[in-house]
Amino acid sequence: MSIDTDTARKVAKLARIRVEEADLPALAGQLSGILGFMEQLNEVDVTGVEPMTSVTPMRLARRADVVTDGGQAGRVLANAPDAREGFFAVPKVVE
Amino acid sequence: MLDLTYTLPKPRVIAGARHDWELVIGMEIHAQVASNAKLFSGASTQVGSEPNSNVAFVDAAMPGMLPVINEFCIEQAVRTGLGLKAQINLTSAFDRKNYFYPDLPQGYQISQLYHPIVGMGEVLVEMSPGVARLVRIERIHLEQDAGKSIHDMDPAMSFVDFNRTGVALMEIVSRPDLRGPEEAAAYVAKLRQILRYLGTCDGNMQNGNLRADVNVSVCRPGQYEKYQATQDFGHLGTRCEIKNMNSMRFIQLAIDFEARRQIAILEDGGTVHQETRLYDPDKNETRSMRSKEEAHDYRYFPDPDLLPLEIEQAWVDDIAAQMPELPDAKKARFMGDFGLTDYDANVLTADLESAAFFEAVAAGRDGKMAANWVINELFGRLNKQGLAIADSPVSVAQLGGVLDLIASGEISGKMAKDLFEIVWTEGGDPAAIAAARGMKQVTDTGAIEAAVDAIIAENPGQVEKARANPKLAGWFVGQVIKSTGGKANPATVNEMVTRKLGL
Repeated sequence: MSIDTDTARKVAKLARIRVEEADLPALAGQLSGILGFMEQLNEVDVTGVEPMTSVTPMRLARRADVVTDGGQAGRVLANAPDAREGFFAVPKVVE
Repeated sequence: MLDLTYTLPKPRVIAGARHDWELVIGMEIHAQVASNAKLFSGASTQVGSEPNSNVAFVDAAMPGMLPVINEFCIEQAVRTGLGLKAQINLTSAFDRKNYFYPDLPQGYQISQLYHPIVGMGEVLVEMSPGVARLVRIERIHLEQDAGKSIHDMDPAMSFVDFNRTGVALMEIVSRPDLRGPEEAAAYVAKLRQILRYLGTCDGNMQNGNLRADVNVSVCRPGQYEKYQATQDFGHLGTRCEIKNMNSMRFIQLAIDFEARRQIAILEDGGTVHQETRLYDPDKNETRSMRSKEEAHDYRYFPDPDLLPLEIEQAWVDDIAAQMPELPDAKKARFMGDFGLTDYDANVLTADLESAAFFEAVAAGRDGKMAANWVINELFGRLNKQGLAIADSPVSVAQLGGVLDLIASGEISGKMAKDLFEIVWTEGGDPAAIAAARGMKQVTDTGAIEAAVDAIIAENPGQVEKARANPKLAGWFVGQVIKSTGGKANPATVNEMVTRKLGL
C-alpha cells in the first residue's frame, strides 16, 4: 500500500498534527515505507491461526462495581491551559 | 404460553407532490448501564455532582493510565442481550474509535466495532391489540460515554465537565425494520420498558440515560419488500442519521420532518447525501452537523490496552437463570390468569412497581375488579397529584380491604369510592372506618321492601308512567336508595321495584 501526499495531508489533519505542505511528499514516502515493511507479513500463511493477543495466557482483568476514585477536581484540572468554576474552559465549540 | 400471533402494522405513507413515499427507520439506542462506577475506572456515575469531581485519571486520559473493566457492566450487557433473546458472544473485544472533540480527552472512544458482546436479537413492538412489529436487533456493544460541554456560560468559551466521561453505555443497534414515526417511538418505549424490567438501565431520558440516534430514509412503495427479500440496501434510499434524541415526541417530529425534507429533495430531482443531522425542537427542523462530517473517518483499531473479553457459558447461564419475568410474558399471564383486557394488561405491566402492586391486590380477589380499582381509582388519583406508585398513600392492604368490603356485599360501589377517598386522605383500616361511620349497605329485604312500598304509595303518577314505559323504573330505584341514605343495595332495590311495579 502506497501513501500519496493527499492521504498524508488527510491523516495529518485527522490526527491534528500540523504538517507544512512542503513536508508532505517526504512524509508520504516514509509512511509508505513503514506500511511496505509491515506488508511483508502478508506473505505468511496464517490460515487457521488464532490472532495472538498476549504472550502468556492472560484473562482480561476486571474490577468490582465500587466507587474507589474521584473527588479530585483540582488535580484533574491542574494541567489544563484554562479552567473556570471547576470546568475545563476551551475555545467555543458550537454545533 | 405466549400468544405471538399478530398482524403487521401498516407502514406510514407520505404523499409527495408527485407520488407516494414510505419511510424506513433504524435506530441506535444508547442506554447508560445502571452501575455505581464507570466502565473502565472507579469514578462514580452519580449525576448532579460538582463538575469534574467524578473523574479518575483514567477518565481524564492522563498519560500512562490503563483501563480496567467493570465486571458489573459486562453482566448488564449480557443480561440485556438475554432479555432481547439475543446471541451472547463469549469472546468480544474493544476497539478505539478515533476523533477529536473537547469532551473526549482520550482522543478516542473505547467501543466494540468488530466483536460486540451481544449479537442478533429481537424486540416485539405492539402498536395496538394484535398488531405488532418484530424489530431485529443487530448487536449490542459496550462503550464509553463522552463528557458534557456547556456553551452558554461564557461568550467565547465552552466549559467541559468530564463527570460523564467513561460512563458505560450499551449501544443497542436495530435493523431498519421500523416503518413510521409512531413505530419508532413505540420501539423506544418497549426497549425502555424491557431495560427497566431487567434493571440494566434506569431509562431516564430526561437525564440522557437513554437516547436515540435515528436513521431515516425514504423509498417508493414496494422497495422495502425487495430489501426484506434480499437484505440488499440498494433497494432503499440514502439515509440520514439524526443524533442524540431523548424525547419520544421529538423523535416522532424529527422523523416526520426529515422524511419530508428528503422527499422534497428527491422530487425536485436532487440527491440525498448521507450525513449526520441534529434536530432543533424550537424550529422543528433537522440541520446538518458539518463538523461531524470531516471527522467521519474514525480509523478504528483494536485497543492495545485491553485483552479480548472472554466470558464463560456457565456465567451466562447463571445470569439467564436469574432473569425476571419480562413485559410480554407478564402481560400474557395477567390476561390469562386474571381475565384482563389487552388495554388493562398493558397499563398494569407498564412498569414493575405497578405490576407488583396490582398482583398483590388481586391475590385471592377478583382480578378484573382489582384491575379496575388499581387503574381507575388508584392510578387516576396518583396521576392527579403527580405521585408515583411508590408514594401511594393507599397501601395494597388498604385497597384490598376496600375490595373485600365490596365483595362481601357490605358496602356498595358508591360507598367504596367514598371510603377510598377517606383512606387516601386520612389513612386507617377500611373495615374499621366503614363500621365507625355507618357505611353499610342495607341488604335487609324487609327494610328495603318497606321503603319501596312507601315510594310507590306516594307517587301514583310515576307508577302509571313507569308501567307505560319500564325505563322509568330507574327513578324509583333512585328514590328508594336516597330514602335509605344511600345504604340500600342497588341490585336488591332494582329487583324489588321491578317486581312490585309488575314490569
